[in-house]
Amino acid sequence: MANFLGAVIENLFKKPATRPYPFTKREPFKDARGLIKFDGDKCVYCGACSKKCPAAAIRVERAEKALYFEPFKCVTCGFCVEVCPKDAINQEFEYRKPDYSKSIEKYGPSAVPAPAKTEAPPSQA
Amino acid sequence: MSTRTVIPMGPQHPVFPEPLQLKLSLKDEKIVDVAPALGYVHRGIEKAAEKNDFTQNVFLVERICGICSFIHAVCYCMAIEDIMKIELPPRANYLRVIWGELHRLHSHMLWLGLLADSFGFESLFMKFWEIRERILDILEKTTGARVIISACAIGGVRRDISDEHLQEILTVIDKCEKELNGIIPVVMSDTTVKRRTVGVGVIEKEKAIHLGIVGPVLRASGIAQDARMTGYGAYKYLDFKPVVEESGDCYARAVVRAKETYQSIGLLRKAINQLPSGDILTKYKGNPGKAAAVSRVEQPRGELIYYVEGNGTKNLERVRVRTPTFSNVPALSKMLPGMELADAPVIVLSIDPCISCTER
Ligand code: SF4
Ligand code: SF4
Repeated sequence: MANFLGAVIENLFKKPATRPYPFTKREPFKDARGLIKFDGDKCVYCGACSKKCPAAAIRVERAEKALYFEPFKCVTCGFCVEVCPKDAINQEFEYRKPDYSKSIEKYGPSAVPAPAKTEAPPSQA
Repeated sequence: MSTRTVIPMGPQHPVFPEPLQLKLSLKDEKIVDVAPALGYVHRGIEKAAEKNDFTQNVFLVERICGICSFIHAVCYCMAIEDIMKIELPPRANYLRVIWGELHRLHSHMLWLGLLADSFGFESLFMKFWEIRERILDILEKTTGARVIISACAIGGVRRDISDEHLQEILTVIDKCEKELNGIIPVVMSDTTVKRRTVGVGVIEKEKAIHLGIVGPVLRASGIAQDARMTGYGAYKYLDFKPVVEESGDCYARAVVRAKETYQSIGLLRKAINQLPSGDILTKYKGNPGKAAAVSRVEQPRGELIYYVEGNGTKNLERVRVRTPTFSNVPALSKMLPGMELADAPVIVLSIDPCISCTER
């Protein structure tokens, strides 16, 4: 028991190691892999990202010039960012916030307001 | 004459982080027989790996284990690199060692904490996990994620560690070492800990060889076997000896892991000091050909083996994973009989079971 006594006494006077979460938030680290955002104007709808995504979270409709992204399938690996030839994908540091439903985001050239949430899931390619 | 009682331990049990069921046959309070039942978290990852593009599998195999994810990815990449004859840049090999050892460090601290928790030493459990958090922060700073770090790629690694971060790793491990110096003696010499672990769940040297046990459990039975000694990656340049204990009981297994945390800290220092500069990724072309490769690495829990077979397309013919817990579960059937029921949680925990790994 004597061995642990030091730690016990130290614990009595130490601040807690945890944060009171909703009130104090930890800033995300620089270069943390978080949310994925697409740029509908830079994108050329080549489909490289959707072929490589390990979670099958992206679907590109070339004819329609549209990109459907399911953020709740995404595992934030950043592979799509690496393979995109046009730098049209941006990875932010923030985590995705929880939501009530698993939304699907639609991206397209800026004529289409992006990102717009679509209600019904688009038909599977 | 007493009759036998069968008590199902698990799949939900306070000491098990994962679902494993052990049917314990008891005579009074003594365990006479054990029948493990697995299969609660089978996810079909091996099959999924055949359907995926081989580059996507790096991210898939990481998800086999939530603790030593990076080491799974390294093992898979080593097998693919073997098939495709890709030479790694030296810096990538060292970076793999650095992240691998950070994973071992946090995994062993997690285990030491869980061990304390299994016999009700909550404050010690919290202490270990507090220190572990610093390692996770380092992983997040250097790779962008806490546990499933996705830093490995076929042909090298995806991210470099800047000099600034290397310095930070050195300061953090110094700090961790200092804090560990305060609490590891508790695990090693406290009477309350010793009473629950010394002479409990003994597995002798011969039996350990016979059962094909791996990792710290094997080293605690007096056999100096460590897959890192095969010298994969940059381990061949880092001189070290496996940690061995003789007594083969839960105490020896705790001591092996406690000493291995120091060993990992030492390896990290060496690797960071010797880190060569240069590229981190070798570019390659094409798909894995019609060939097979086996790769072996040392996970925190023991030896991990991947068998990968290509067929010339972007999909693979077969990916087979043998995880260390798969080899260590049979040991339970020799460790538990003859022990008291109250010792069962500590014994089961002492092999550091990773059930999700085993069932994939
Ligand atoms: S890889 Fe880039 S350019 Fe191609 S479809 Fe995806 S986002 Fe668009
Ligand atoms: S970050 Fe990974 S999982 Fe998410 S969309 Fe990109 S490739 Fe898919």
